[in-house]
Amino acid sequence: MEKLVQIENADVAFYTKKGLFQALRGIDLTVTQGEFVTLIGHSGCGKSTLLNLIAGLVMPTRGNVFVNGREVAGPGPDRAVVFQNHSLLPWMTCFDNIYLAVERVFGGSEPKAQLRDRTRAALELVHLAPAENKHPHEISGGMKQRVGIARAFAMQPKILLLDEPFGALDALTRAHLQDELMDIVAKTRSTVVMVTHDVDEAVLLSDRIVMLTNGPAAVVGDIVSVDLPRPRDRLAHASDYRYHELRTAVLEFLYRKQMCPAA
Amino acid sequence: MKLATTPSGGRIRIVSLRKFELGDDARRPRPARSAASSADQTGAPATPGESPAPPASRALASLAAASRAMMPVALGLIVFIGIWALIAQISTLPNPAKTWEAALILFSDPFYVKGPNDQGIGWNILGSLQRVAVGFGLAALVGIPLGFMIGRFKFLSDMAAPIISLLRPVSPLAWLPIGLLVFKAAGPAAIWVIFVSAIWPMIINTAVGVRQIPQDYMNVAKVLNLSEWKVFTKILFPAALPYMMTGVRLSIGVAWLVIVAAEMLTGGVGIGFWVWDEWNNLNVEHIIIAIFVVGIVGLLLEQALLLLARRFEYR
Repeated sequence: MEKLVQIENADVAFYTKKGLFQALRGIDLTVTQGEFVTLIGHSGCGKSTLLNLIAGLVMPTRGNVFVNGREVAGPGPDRAVVFQNHSLLPWMTCFDNIYLAVERVFGGSEPKAQLRDRTRAALELVHLAPAENKHPHEISGGMKQRVGIARAFAMQPKILLLDEPFGALDALTRAHLQDELMDIVAKTRSTVVMVTHDVDEAVLLSDRIVMLTNGPAAVVGDIVSVDLPRPRDRLAHASDYRYHELRTAVLEFLYRKQMCPAA
Repeated sequence: MKLATTPSGGRIRIVSLRKFELGDDARRPRPARSAASSADQTGAPATPGESPAPPASRALASLAAASRAMMPVALGLIVFIGIWALIAQISTLPNPAKTWEAALILFSDPFYVKGPNDQGIGWNILGSLQRVAVGFGLAALVGIPLGFMIGRFKFLSDMAAPIISLLRPVSPLAWLPIGLLVFKAAGPAAIWVIFVSAIWPMIINTAVGVRQIPQDYMNVAKVLNLSEWKVFTKILFPAALPYMMTGVRLSIGVAWLVIVAAEMLTGGVGIGFWVWDEWNNLNVEHIIIAIFVVGIVGLLLEQALLLLARRFEYR
């Protein structure tokens, strides 16, 4: 298997008003091509920081981050990010929000008609073709997040980075979008790194679950490999012994070994 | 004096003037009309839960609501005019009726020209508006780009901050001698004063608008690796636009505030000079009329810009 992301002994520290804050310490992580990896941990443990490290939005203070064999020097469209709060530009329609990304990635090599086709295809991928001319404030939270996901997929990135993409949604919408995401990832064979604090989401979607210890100076506490066969069905898994075993393993880590002292 | 006019011409003007000055009264039936038309368009009550009422009675109801809303406004005006009349009784201030008569005569012929220092009120208003437009336009041309740069680059912001804090509280009129010295003419000096007074709100608000852009939007720009030009046209400019419009609105308010004082000092055709001239003529009615005119024009400018700003709101 080809190693797409390699993080070697990476530290991340921030300068704050109280002085140096060590967010991550000695992180070692590899993500192979086509893998779905989730990062889980208590809030504030630095899982988003780890994602931003891969995205290039945060630089390591020590150690190295390689994506596709090249050291990460900054953010780039080969690593599409879906943020928790969708971050669509409110003055643009859904179509234009996606088109902006498509144009950036493919604008140099393809004619405009093809760019528009790509944008429409991305909207269809998330079943939002009818909403292409709507502005973000005219659609629901779940739809906004789908546009954000469509924007990310439209860029055909080497790796897709999802930062708690369903965190702000209600349970039903979340389940629906999880299924949709599984579907799209299977179809496009994408490599995904996703931050979540939802144990069920992690077990259902991932190939591997990376569990971080509590911050500051969080380290990779343990990694659980999810060997459930795909395609996965949330209803079938509800009564699956192996599913519950995995779920318990993650819960055990989060609530016994890493009980959040502040919470 | 300069107020020679035919009585018939005056009569015709009265009608149009009344419409203009009693704008609040003229506006009264408007909500009712719009409510009725929207009811006609949908052909049914807007909300399904509402009990179906015929459009006519609904229009009547909203007319009643509108007149109820107008009550305090009308009362305020009556009290204001009453106090004015009272003060006029015990001092040399002209009373409302006398001022009204003078206004009717004045506005019966707003666009006469009898030499450079004696022109109709219309020309004076237009003269002031033109100065404000030029000074304000130049200020926007300089202030908005400057605000963008100050908002975008911390270094520039740190450079400009002490200078802006130092110069902003200075009365714009203090800049008049500098303008007279540099431009060696009264006209450009007045525009210069407007320029100085109008530039600060635009710089500051634009800079704030750029600075407050949510990190999410900038993250999108970073992840997409957008060019600086795309960042500007697709993110910075639209995100800062509402703030910019606030700056523009404040600027035009200040500019209109300052023009009267500036023109009093520099002369030329303009409402400020006109006030000073009427003071020299001891025509106090005209000074009061000028105060109302300045107020109404300022109000219209503000409303026009509010309307414009609403078009740029994206939420």
